[in-house]
Amino acid sequence: MTRETGLSELKRTALYDLHMELGGKMVPFAGYEMPVQYPMGVMKEHLHTRAAAGLFDVSHMGQVILRSASGDMADAARALETLVPVSVLGLKENRQRYGFFTNAAGGILDDLMIAHRGDHLFLVVNAACKAADIALMQERLGADCAVVPVTDRALLALQGPAAEGALERLVPGVAEMKFMDIAVLDGPDGEVWVSRSGYTGEDGFEVSVAADAAPAFARALLEMDAVAPIGLGARDSLRLEAGLCLYGNDIDETTSPVEASLDWAIQKVRRKDGDRAGGFPGAERILAELETGTARRRVGLLPDGRAPMREGTQLFADAEGGQPIGHVTSGAFGPSIEKPMSMGYLPTELSAEGTQVFGEVRGRRRPAIVAAMPFRPATYKR
Amino acid sequence: MKYTEDHEWLRVEDDLVVVGITEHASTQLGDVVFVELPEEGTKVAKGDDAVVIESVKAASDILAPVDGEIVAVNEELVDKPALVNEDPLGAAWFFKMKVEDMEALDAFMDEDAYKELID
Repeated sequence: MTRETGLSELKRTALYDLHMELGGKMVPFAGYEMPVQYPMGVMKEHLHTRAAAGLFDVSHMGQVILRSASGDMADAARALETLVPVSVLGLKENRQRYGFFTNAAGGILDDLMIAHRGDHLFLVVNAACKAADIALMQERLGADCAVVPVTDRALLALQGPAAEGALERLVPGVAEMKFMDIAVLDGPDGEVWVSRSGYTGEDGFEVSVAADAAPAFARALLEMDAVAPIGLGARDSLRLEAGLCLYGNDIDETTSPVEASLDWAIQKVRRKDGDRAGGFPGAERILAELETGTARRRVGLLPDGRAPMREGTQLFADAEGGQPIGHVTSGAFGPSIEKPMSMGYLPTELSAEGTQVFGEVRGRRRPAIVAAMPFRPATYKR
Repeated sequence: MKYTEDHEWLRVEDDLVVVGITEHASTQLGDVVFVELPEEGTKVAKGDDAVVIESVKAASDILAPVDGEIVAVNEELVDKPALVNEDPLGAAWFFKMKVEDMEALDAFMDEDAYKELID
């Protein structure tokens, strides 16, 4: 959060008036004035998303088109592979995958979604990082690729078990999509760019819709009984239950993808002995870490009792004495699992599931157990 | 009923001062998920942290409004922290205090003054 920014300097999304009308409590977030919650409240918004469908305004996120000058999609994919350690060339048409930009030291500059749209790539990046991401791509890929920020489209996420039924009524065809499929479809008022994905652990969709058509599109969804507006507060507890990283909290320039337990996102072809091994910033460190491991790992933690261990909580090996061995990067109460949950970094030798550590909350050390993530199983439609 | 600037309410019941938080405070906090109560018998000075409550958003302290001894705590809140949102003025009292100087309560706001504060 950029707390020092005055409300007057903040940008607004195409849905700002709708947020106000719905009673959204607006807060500064990544340079935007965004709803942290609606009158329903964080807890009920969270549970509603898991039980029916939640509508999120994620228009603050960056949408970017990457197109090679040659017109050959493979050239754009090869270019992007110089900035991300994932297989972009291996991505099939109308599919997307998760990835991250790395720096020369092997840290994570941002995490993003990469979609193959036939003759170009479509990227969705974090709001707080979008200016830097676009500048990086323009600088490093600009000679061979056009980097085109999409600034005239809103981005909505519709998440939860009722998302498919609700969206199908407005955008016929979405029901046939599978997890991580993308499609360009006809919406009620023009073309919509749909992906079957999200950041809640639920089945659901992200929908890019022309900014001037977005309010009516959102209203049409909200008119359905199953759909409620959901703020950033519940978005955070939903993603944490799903074990998903928040850039800036759980991953940043000082954490490598292997330390962050994101090895799964680095396909074999980019690893040592792969056909396109390395060739991205920080490859030396990251490829070595994939072979030999790291000193610390990102883990899930389930604290004993009901007290959340929040961001910044110091972790210790023992109930008394000793120096901190790690810290919590995200922590909250999980409304669906009905207990507190945290994510943090621990020495690898203490990162096995079931290991007991201690978090210092208000001067007292309380036990927490290293636990598998997601804390709540995902319900993606594979 | 008396009100503090920290959005606590105080009610005198059987010569004891019962302490809770106002509806305004409970709304501002959001859904409460955890309550940590003091031990019965704890002596507190005005302004001491007496109770910790955690909502979905953050942790907050409930302060002792006056000097005294905590003689009873509402154990029900430990298992049902949501009561703080459901019934902040009733079932969700936090603790009862034995207070020597009951006149100290006179310094706090009445309902009209408190309403003015939050409007």
